[in-house]
Amino acid sequence: MENSKNVCDEIVRISKVNPRKCMKCGKCSGTCPAYDEMEYHPHQFVYMVETGDIEPLLKSKSIYRCLSCFACIDRCPRGVEPAKLVEAVRLMVVRQQGNNHLKPDDIPELLDEDLPQQAIVSAFRKYTK
Amino acid sequence: MKVSYFPGCTLKTKAKVLDEYARKCAEVLGVTLEEIDNWQCCGGVFTTANDEIATKLSSVRALKHANDKGQPLVSVCSACHNVLKQTNNAMQTDDGFNFRVNQYIAPDKYNGETEVIHYLELLRDKIGYEKVKEKVVNSLAGKKIAPYYGCLLLRPGKVMAMDDVENPTIMEDLIRAIGGEPVSYAFRNECCGGYITLESKELAKAKSKRVSDNAKLNGAEVIVTACPLCKYNLEKNGSDLPVVYITELLAEAFGIKE
Ligand code: SF4
Ligand code: SF4
Ligand code: SF4
Ligand code: SF4
Repeated sequence: MENSKNVCDEIVRISKVNPRKCMKCGKCSGTCPAYDEMEYHPHQFVYMVETGDIEPLLKSKSIYRCLSCFACIDRCPRGVEPAKLVEAVRLMVVRQQGNNHLKPDDIPELLDEDLPQQAIVSAFRKYTK
Repeated sequence: MKVSYFPGCTLKTKAKVLDEYARKCAEVLGVTLEEIDNWQCCGGVFTTANDEIATKLSSVRALKHANDKGQPLVSVCSACHNVLKQTNNAMQTDDGFNFRVNQYIAPDKYNGETEVIHYLELLRDKIGYEKVKEKVVNSLAGKKIAPYYGCLLLRPGKVMAMDDVENPTIMEDLIRAIGGEPVSYAFRNECCGGYITLESKELAKAKSKRVSDNAKLNGAEVIVTACPLCKYNLEKNGSDLPVVYITELLAEAFGIKE
């Protein structure tokens, strides 16, 4: 699909990741703390961007499960940096009008008295535009 | 010695003790943390996409402010430090990003000259743990303390360059300097779940429990961290082990904790 190709090109451009460097060892997914809650795992993000199979990723909750822990960046033996792809795919979604994953109205319900401001700020940075 | 200081929004609110004791302990060691003027929240997480410009400008302004004063920029919150340091790295290494940022801040100019260090690096590299040791009046007397690095202090290792990313010792060495006994355990540099506590409580609980249970299993009496979100997760979503800030331990050892 033409649109998929454009989206993939944009993802590669803003992430500066070269998916073709991946040797499919699976180490990124093995170390990923969000693995159990991801429908598609970090190594699959890499493969799916490489092959242009982007629609399932754009629709998947997996893009909101990444913790930005950078473990897959440091532990990939090929320097692929999968977290940057996960981030770019999520941006492709939340940058579209009306696609914010977290809304200010959701916040009061999520608050408790110990929750640090940092949690809210970080979640907004990840889930909205 | 004077250094520029970026406290961050959480240290002005929920994590006031992290800020207060950071300043007081630095004074004991002859260092003044000079809070930079009009700083703005860093955003809490670094967005890796290189076309994200506006979200990184508050960090660039803080970095530039320190550079104008010719001082290193110090922060205590692991997250602030991570965002500031990764932004600075992007200013040094990504020409396209640098160019676009400089268009925003013109006529000012900034190219990543500032030295960005975490409070722990201030203690280890600028002051020295020997000097820290000399100021201890209340030795922690063999207290078993589990250092928790989490993610953001260390990673990405190539950028943060604080310590060996898989086998760090900066916290352990500080704990020893103030008389405590560092506990070694498996999950000191694995994620506590971070902001996911707002998105999936179960995931945050699973990640935090994994960390605190393992610290407990290995004999820890307390966990120490530099990050307000790690503290929240380990306390709220983890097991019942107490969690304190690194600056609280230091203040206790220096005899200035109230
Ligand atoms: S950065 Fe995201 S994808 Fe990578 S290991 Fe961490 S949680 Fe998993
Ligand atoms: S660790 Fe790196 S090389 Fe291995 S599968 Fe993941 S991205 Fe590919
Ligand atoms: S990391 Fe946090 S505490 Fe630090 S300024 Fe940014 S959001 Fe606020
Ligand atoms: S999740 Fe915890 S350990 Fe991971 S980056 Fe964050 S607050 Fe830190």
